[in-house]
Amino acid sequence: MSVLVTDLLAGSQRALARLLTYIENEHPQAQAALAALYPHTGKAHLVGVTGAPGTGKSSLVNSLAKAYRAAGQTVGIIAVDPTSPFSGGAILGDRIRMRDLTGDRGVFIRSMATRGSLGGLARATGDAVRALDAAGFDVILIETVGAGQSEIDIARQAHTTLVVEAPGLGDEVQAIKAGILEIADVLVVNKADQPGVQSTVRALRTLLDLGSNRPPSGLHHGLPAQDSRQPAADHRPDEWQTPIVETVATEGRGIDVLQRAIQAHRAYLRESGQLRLRERQRQEIELQSRLQEVLFRQVAERIDPALWQAVLDQVAARELAPADAVERLLQTVGLAD
Amino acid sequence: MTDRKLRVLIAKPGLDGHDRGAKVIARALRDAGMEVIYTGLRQTPEMIAEAALQEDVDVVGLSILSGAHMALAPRVLELLRANDMGDVKVIVGGIIPDEDIPLLQAMGISAVFGPGTSTETIVNHIRQVVGDTAS
Repeated sequence: MSVLVTDLLAGSQRALARLLTYIENEHPQAQAALAALYPHTGKAHLVGVTGAPGTGKSSLVNSLAKAYRAAGQTVGIIAVDPTSPFSGGAILGDRIRMRDLTGDRGVFIRSMATRGSLGGLARATGDAVRALDAAGFDVILIETVGAGQSEIDIARQAHTTLVVEAPGLGDEVQAIKAGILEIADVLVVNKADQPGVQSTVRALRTLLDLGSNRPPSGLHHGLPAQDSRQPAADHRPDEWQTPIVETVATEGRGIDVLQRAIQAHRAYLRESGQLRLRERQRQEIELQSRLQEVLFRQVAERIDPALWQAVLDQVAARELAPADAVERLLQTVGLAD
Repeated sequence: MTDRKLRVLIAKPGLDGHDRGAKVIARALRDAGMEVIYTGLRQTPEMIAEAALQEDVDVVGLSILSGAHMALAPRVLELLRANDMGDVKVIVGGIIPDEDIPLLQAMGISAVFGPGTSTETIVNHIRQVVGDTAS
């Protein structure tokens, strides 16, 4: 086992930070270290935090991390910001809102640029989370880029996905368009001290009722939003009712309720068997995408670059449809059907 | 093959509340293809060293306008060394009297950039010093 791995398992933040860099840079040491660490993973609860820009995701992560620390749990944070498509550089500013967490050895924050990856996360996020998991953090908070509508990769990475909304940011139609509501295990209405919070909560509740297979529960209407935070006793245990939690992250208001909602979701995942199922689905997706990557590289290496250009020319000239072009390329390496 | 990206922490230690210059530098470094971790105002040397450690940066840029550079800069250097990060390059920007520049450099500050320095100069300096130590 490498020094990096033993140091990381012994709690060295320097080793963890260095491994995260290796993972991001696809350094040869990363794969070996991750393989050695893999048996040490699977213990942390992974909480995704996503939502439109300006909803207060970083502040929410800050407050949640403080609450977990107060409860004696250690917290790893991955905060993802977009890479500029023009320069390849990035400004990673999420630490600005997390200054309350400095000076605490039980918290580790890492900023990560997307480096061209779409979907709200970086390509390296999954492996980075695994490194934090192996390092022994109890809870790992994963903050996506300011996601709008289709950035739903986080739901595959996290056990519990928080979708953060704020009053007055988008009207109901926006929220419907955003398939992002469907990935929410907990809906957070942050900035709940601002005007319009009740109508935002109402709109979200209506959408949740529309989106689910269950009959709309009249019971929830007219009750304070936070009363729906846990599945009611008469619900089947295999069915999770997405709660809506109101918070004011900058003041820490509602964070205890949110923490309980996350806890309840975690318990639900365990008791319903969903945890194992989701892990397995995630692992299958990961196997598929890694296989795709390797196969693509191997096939691409065997294709004659001159032929590639010639076929590309034909596609550009509209003489050859892309699907037929692929077949022609595969024929030349003996892989066509 | 590895795709190495330079990571730079831009921090604003001390109590003065002006971060315009720091933001201009942050943007220029991003436009030069670097990943810039921007931590905002009023950072203590401890906060800066901790962020540098967790973010595994190649360079720390300190923006200091308060006149406290002779106290803040060596403290940051000391904490970085204590974290086994003595190889991280530290640059200082801001209002620094000429006579202090050689003193800062003798302490281990990689470069000092005063008002009016072109962002290109800073980008080139970073590329050069980090290139020197890149494995």
